[in-house]
Amino acid sequence: MTPVTPPKWKQAVVTLAFIGLLWGSVELNKKNVRSANGPTKADPQAVERYGFKLEDVAKASGIDFVHQPPKLDPKLAPIQERVADMGAAIAVCDFDKDGWQDLYFTNSLEDSKNVLYRNLGDGTFEEVAGKLGIADVNKTGTGVSMGALWGDINNDGWDDLLVYKWGVSQLFINNQGKSFTDVTSTANLPKWMNTNTASLLDYDSDGNVDILLCGYFNENIDLWNLASTDIMPDSLEYATNGTPKHLLRNLGDGKFEDVTERVGLLKNAWTLASIAADLRGTGYPDIFLANDYGKAELWRNDGGKRFTDIGQEAVTQQPKSGMNAVMGDIYNDGRLSIQVSNIWEDNLLQQGNNVWVPKDGNKPGQLLYENQANSLGLENGGWSFGAQFGDLNNDGTQDMYLVNGYISLDQKLSYWYDYAKFSVGNGSLIRKAENWPAVRGRSLSGYQQKRVWTNDGAGRFQEVGQAIGATDLYDGRAVALVDLWNRGVLDVVTANQRGPVLVYKNTVKPGRHWIKVNVTGSSKVNRSAIGAMVTVHWAGMKQMQVLSAGTGFCAQNDHRLHFGLGETTNVDKIEIRWPGGKLQTLVNPKVDSTVDVVERTAS
Amino acid sequence: MTPAITMSPAPPRKFQIDTRFVGPILISAILIIGHLFFGILEDWRKTVTCFSISIIIEMAIGYFIVGRLPHLASAWVGGISCGILVRSPEWWPYLVAPCIAILSKYVIRLHGRHLWNPSNFAVAALLLIAPQTVASLSIQWGNHVLPMMVIWLFGGVIVYRLNRFHISGTYVLFFFLFAALRALLSDDASPLLIRVQQEIAPITGPMYQLFVLFMITDPKTTMHSKKGQTIVAFLVAGMECVLRYFGPRMGLDHIATHAPYYALTIMGPSSNLLEILWNRKAKASTGGISPTPATA
Repeated sequence: MTPVTPPKWKQAVVTLAFIGLLWGSVELNKKNVRSANGPTKADPQAVERYGFKLEDVAKASGIDFVHQPPKLDPKLAPIQERVADMGAAIAVCDFDKDGWQDLYFTNSLEDSKNVLYRNLGDGTFEEVAGKLGIADVNKTGTGVSMGALWGDINNDGWDDLLVYKWGVSQLFINNQGKSFTDVTSTANLPKWMNTNTASLLDYDSDGNVDILLCGYFNENIDLWNLASTDIMPDSLEYATNGTPKHLLRNLGDGKFEDVTERVGLLKNAWTLASIAADLRGTGYPDIFLANDYGKAELWRNDGGKRFTDIGQEAVTQQPKSGMNAVMGDIYNDGRLSIQVSNIWEDNLLQQGNNVWVPKDGNKPGQLLYENQANSLGLENGGWSFGAQFGDLNNDGTQDMYLVNGYISLDQKLSYWYDYAKFSVGNGSLIRKAENWPAVRGRSLSGYQQKRVWTNDGAGRFQEVGQAIGATDLYDGRAVALVDLWNRGVLDVVTANQRGPVLVYKNTVKPGRHWIKVNVTGSSKVNRSAIGAMVTVHWAGMKQMQVLSAGTGFCAQNDHRLHFGLGETTNVDKIEIRWPGGKLQTLVNPKVDSTVDVVERTAS
Repeated sequence: MTPAITMSPAPPRKFQIDTRFVGPILISAILIIGHLFFGILEDWRKTVTCFSISIIIEMAIGYFIVGRLPHLASAWVGGISCGILVRSPEWWPYLVAPCIAILSKYVIRLHGRHLWNPSNFAVAALLLIAPQTVASLSIQWGNHVLPMMVIWLFGGVIVYRLNRFHISGTYVLFFFLFAALRALLSDDASPLLIRVQQEIAPITGPMYQLFVLFMITDPKTTMHSKKGQTIVAFLVAGMECVLRYFGPRMGLDHIATHAPYYALTIMGPSSNLLEILWNRKAKASTGGISPTPATA
């Protein structure tokens, strides 16, 4: 061995470099430092600075619904809040076609009631679910609601209601807005399934709306009557004990046929969000699924006959905790990116949200994406759940509203250590609920500030949530965007676990224009026009949106697609690609109005 | 500080593998196989980046300081460790961590020895100074039995062959004993067996495989005698127990969650310092003859 004494100046250089590295790390870390969670006040100059502001008007509007979680098998009592952690959902629809968008919220306590707030158009709402027969859907023994979707199942021009549940999902036919008929018993839906997400789609483009149900807990499990507590995932990122999904083909006669096996949609997972869109211009919708405890799935629709999972090659993904899936044209270039919510807790688990942006140079029909969440600034959403893309300030770009917060109980006590300690354990330990440390009233990523990002259109999003008035700290689950008072702006409605519904009324800077597109199918396209791809061209730009029945975590947006236009007062054209692939174009539609487009039947 | 750097011995003969590379090669083989079959690395590019930076920096700094290329076994293991243990959505920690690790060896020295395990120092430092950006390996390797068993088995063999099994064994033994103690002291109402399972859960996960097999066994940053090494392993397990028990009670969940890193960060250098001081004292009392060699 040869001891060598280096010159002091060399030692000094290395020491300085070492100190520089430590200092540089502190500086680089500052990018991700957020103010502590806690209540804040909105910026009084928000409209001027950011182009909009939000104000919660739920109570003033007569909306006082508070979500209640289920009380599951007593064996789960120590971690009840952890298992019964979802169920607050929103579905927007003008169920009575009076021109005002109505709001359906799900409840999850056994024998609790779901609610339908009918929009009276004067700033107030009337609760009508009980009167119409769609409230009492959480009866003991039938499971409880996790979400709901509206869509015209029988093509009669009136949107019907699907309530998906941990238990027996239910289907209600809309009797011209006057009442609903429960057709569950004849529709041939799955007998029991712990469904946490659903999509309405016309997968084979036959003009009938089909149903995709995706499960969370295994469908053999009755969470109220457990034989054992072996119900949890066997890995928090590579779970192998997920549950099947079910694709139900609408036969057009009020019945559904389970075609899951026939179309090859065979992969078990813990799915929390699903969205369908014709991503390749084939006329058939592809399906994206965000999975908790695993990788996302992207199912390519091969002509309405088969599905092929191309998720791994399309999005070269890492397994995370997928809790949301929405699509948005964030660059105004006619391409849809896909956002997936995940977990971010400083110093403990920084998965970060994904935003899968189509790669430049994709050939026609090719689906290759890259995750740009970090560079876009959309990565850190806390313990993220529901999120939606939408032009909140009517500046012509798609912004994002994201709700978060997992379990807000005692603010001073944290469950994180116990959660982190045990979640890394072996699969045979963690899959049994009885082994998990008890929650004991502690919070887990609770009381989180919501995120609202405005899009500069050039690849950067700015977080403005507190400044524009999104100051609640509830455990957000679902968020929906809807023009509640037909003002040409997107209001924000959020459903919170164990918390009240919030209705954020949006005030947008004057002088900004918009256009809404309300599409309706006729002969070959389902009446709800679910799956229609609408592109608005203006001022040298174009923005594409897809009409989805089910977008984001347990949510459904306004059926009318909203496009902000900024200062522009002229729209060049609107292109609609209907399910099946047929194109229809409208030239120079009127701005600041809702354009009704009915599928043209003549060739 | 004594700026004495120990150079590596002459390179091995042609076609003969330097025994110091046996461990790194086997670790790498385990990782490659684990990734190919189980995808354990998630983003292999980050691990490769860490490894490459570690090797480059070691060569550059070593040459800069002493004019010769140093032995690369330490940089190899350190780079891989950083690439696996550092978890961040950003890329920069994967560049910075191996640099901090390597430079710490040249900067924080006493009597010709670096005090901290390089990768342990880098991980602990980044967890402390960049908490909004950096976490450590937790659930990302999955929770399945087979890959864990394979790594424990091969890792155990490697450590045994390197005559370091007593370190890993002592740590594991006392981890279990201290886990049982924490379970006994826990105010959770669950049955004792459940509480014990909750406390031993971490060691059944992936992070501990690296920590137990390759981090606490680093020859440069522990005591030289077998007895001393055993005591250090015990002290690390004890400090970890303290951090795990009191951390959550003091609102320091992040300290408790990363307890093994911090325990080694605290106890490793402390033990080294004690040994250095003891050696100096002994040297003085024996008229200048050191009871242990200056380097491992």
